Amino acid sequence: MIGKYALRLFSLGYLAVLLVAPVGYVFWQTFEHGVGPAWDAVTTPDALHALKVTLILTAIAVPANTIFGVLCALAIVRHRYPGAGIVNAVVDLPLALSPVVVGLALLLLYGRGGWLGGHGIVFALPGMVLATIFVSLPFVVREVVPVLREIGTEQEQAAATLGASALQTFLRVTWPAIRYATAYGVVLTTARALGEFGAVSVVSGRLAGETESLTLYVQDRYQSFDTTGAYAAAVVLALLAMATLLLMTRLKPKEGTQ
Amino acid sequence: MIAARGIVKRFGAFTALDGVSVDVPTGSLTALLGPSGSGKSTLLRVIAGLEQPDEGQVSLDGEDVTRRPPQSRGVGFVFQHYAAFKHMTVWDNVAFGLTIRRRPRSEIKQRVSELLDLVQLSGLAKRYPAQLSGGQRQRMGLARALAVDPKVLLLDEPFGALDARVRKELRIWLRRLHDETHTTTVIVTHDQEEAMDVADRVVVMNAGRIEQTAPPRELYDHPANEFVMSFVGPVNRLGDAFIRPHDVELLLEPNGSTQEAMVQRLVHLGFEVRVELVRDDGETLSAQLTREQVEALELQHGQIVYVRPMRQTVFADAD
Amino acid sequence: MAASAGTLSAAPKSRRSVAPGLSIGLSTLYLSLIVLLPLAALSWRAHGWDAVSTAQGVSALKLTLGLSLVVALVNAVAGTAIAWSLVRDRFVGQGFVNALVDLPFALPTIVAGLTLLALYGPKSPVGVNAAFTRWGLLLALLFVTLPFVVRTVQPVLFELDREMEDAAASLGAGRVTTFLRIILPSILPAILSGVALAFARAVGEFGAVVLISGNLPFKTEVVSVYVFGRLESGDPGGAAAASVVILLISFGVLLAIGGLRRWVTKHDR
Repeated sequence: MIGKYALRLFSLGYLAVLLVAPVGYVFWQTFEHGVGPAWDAVTTPDALHALKVTLILTAIAVPANTIFGVLCALAIVRHRYPGAGIVNAVVDLPLALSPVVVGLALLLLYGRGGWLGGHGIVFALPGMVLATIFVSLPFVVREVVPVLREIGTEQEQAAATLGASALQTFLRVTWPAIRYATAYGVVLTTARALGEFGAVSVVSGRLAGETESLTLYVQDRYQSFDTTGAYAAAVVLALLAMATLLLMTRLKPKEGTQ
Repeated sequence: MIAARGIVKRFGAFTALDGVSVDVPTGSLTALLGPSGSGKSTLLRVIAGLEQPDEGQVSLDGEDVTRRPPQSRGVGFVFQHYAAFKHMTVWDNVAFGLTIRRRPRSEIKQRVSELLDLVQLSGLAKRYPAQLSGGQRQRMGLARALAVDPKVLLLDEPFGALDARVRKELRIWLRRLHDETHTTTVIVTHDQEEAMDVADRVVVMNAGRIEQTAPPRELYDHPANEFVMSFVGPVNRLGDAFIRPHDVELLLEPNGSTQEAMVQRLVHLGFEVRVELVRDDGETLSAQLTREQVEALELQHGQIVYVRPMRQTVFADAD
Repeated sequence: MAASAGTLSAAPKSRRSVAPGLSIGLSTLYLSLIVLLPLAALSWRAHGWDAVSTAQGVSALKLTLGLSLVVALVNAVAGTAIAWSLVRDRFVGQGFVNALVDLPFALPTIVAGLTLLALYGPKSPVGVNAAFTRWGLLLALLFVTLPFVVRTVQPVLFELDREMEDAAASLGAGRVTTFLRIILPSILPAILSGVALAFARAVGEFGAVVLISGNLPFKTEVVSVYVFGRLESGDPGGAAAASVVILLISFGVLLAIGGLRRWVTKHDR
């Protein structure tokens, strides 16, 4: 069937030209002269600080959104209360908003003249933390909700009739059922937090060596014509992304291919 | 008429059809009967062109169609799970074959109305399949297949997904339809009652081979081997002999060749009664009697009776 | 309520009375603080609506909406094609390709933009220079929106009842007819869902476009960059106003797509 091969060629070609070639090229450029120059570029004080900032942002945002995510999913699915539908929609908002708009909103709220302004939140790490939490908020909820819906309440009801408390039921019945979905959500959250750019760009003031995350560092290096530095930092981020991708592939609910 | 010769079909290491040859006379209603995995659905799909055989030939009315795609074989196919076009109305479903052949609208309108009347779905023409019951969906499936005047109608366990009462109704209805239209029809089923009820000829299949081809009565009275006999109806085995439950005679006194047995259970199935017996060597036996016979013998649980076969069958190649 | 803890006959409600309160209360508080409050501040502080009606602002809006629609449509086709190759085809490395589709989800947008700039920019080894052009924008947006249609169509294609295709074949339909009349209508709702997601993402994209597009006003400046620019020029009110406008417009488009999707699935109700 010619059609099948043509389609395969188109799909693979599209992916190669759009995804594989550009990313592969940057890797190649980075390591063209060996690991040395790349390593040097990525271990400058500014670069290391930027990496540290990124890791701190992620280390705070991910656990916070995980705990929230599980609680929120339980609230939405198990305790059907008026407004659960609105909560569901609000949780999805960060996916629909431009990161710049997110940063702007935080700036207007916590900046000078804002309702909660003047407490050193914006142009500093706390603001960046809030921005990162905002943009990576939905993932755990969205992964856990369908699983909770699918497993239904029967097992939990059975546990209750056998005398289990709410906490016991959660730990012994609910959690084992949702832990893979939660893990997958955590991986998605982490990827989003690591890669956040627009919102933290607006909220941080981009002060190199202080409020610069690794993503902001990439832009800074490129705009300072330091392509080596930019590429090297980009490669670090890309490697983190691929590790995340690997975890995503392992944990993903199996469906959709032969 | 349909002729299949030497059909071999393998799926990986599994051989679904192992050199099967069968003839379906024009205008007949033939059933392919067998347990799951016997290859009957595969054979049907090979005849339809939905599967390609690894070896063998299929011909329709003398023409070799083995390499032809299903589109050009002129077969109508009815699926167990209806295969309804979910996004189209009942009307559009039935009209599909005609629509893609670009028949004039007036012709389509007339034919579809006719068919919907035939299958008694006229009032539901604008509904979607999701709004129909299983039985209605299957009637739609039949109308759809008949719309393009197929030379051959193939039904793959058409009533398998329906509940018992609907199944029986549709069975009778299908037979009547066939008596009117005389389209060559092949129906696949694992339900021996259905096959015997509906078909002129039954092809019994097992593990990719044909065991016997015969009209229902002959199948029942003269089964070719143990498999056919036990598949087509309940059977008792005593050594090498096979005895039908209604051929087991129960006596209150011993009489020459009778054997002793105890009544374990009396199952009243309306007019008939199934008497479950156990012999002194532990073997179980079941006999089928009428209500009157049971009352005449005053049978009770635990009673000792004497049994002998009125008729038995022994197969030459008993293993 | 008298909670007789420990006895089997105690109603589950009394035992679970703490958990609902905890999960509902905490999650609502979290959501309000993190999401709702900042958004409220945004709408409150949006003024300077002239920022939206300037020629530059309007140009950015038109460019963004137009480009996002194009991107959504390209994805409808390419995404379906890729999903088809992943579900109905079988080739070596298929698992790898399947994982690859998720790369835009995992890769930081600035890195995505940088890689496209490297290969298709001023120093391009293949002689393609899309920097400072709308083609560059298109590339960047296609990169980040790639997974959406693929991932919404894939599961639906996987679950599709093959018997419908057999039925169509037995009724005389060729491969193309079967695709157009049977398969496409069945996957259309999923395509529309993916298109909506891709559109929403494209409208708001910032990191991937900021390097490759050059952000030339009237030429390659998208709304997110325009908003950023307004902010840098000390007009947060105007920036907020522009944000609100683009949000309302994309909300409108999403509603329209949602309505279309509901119309297409009317046979399911």
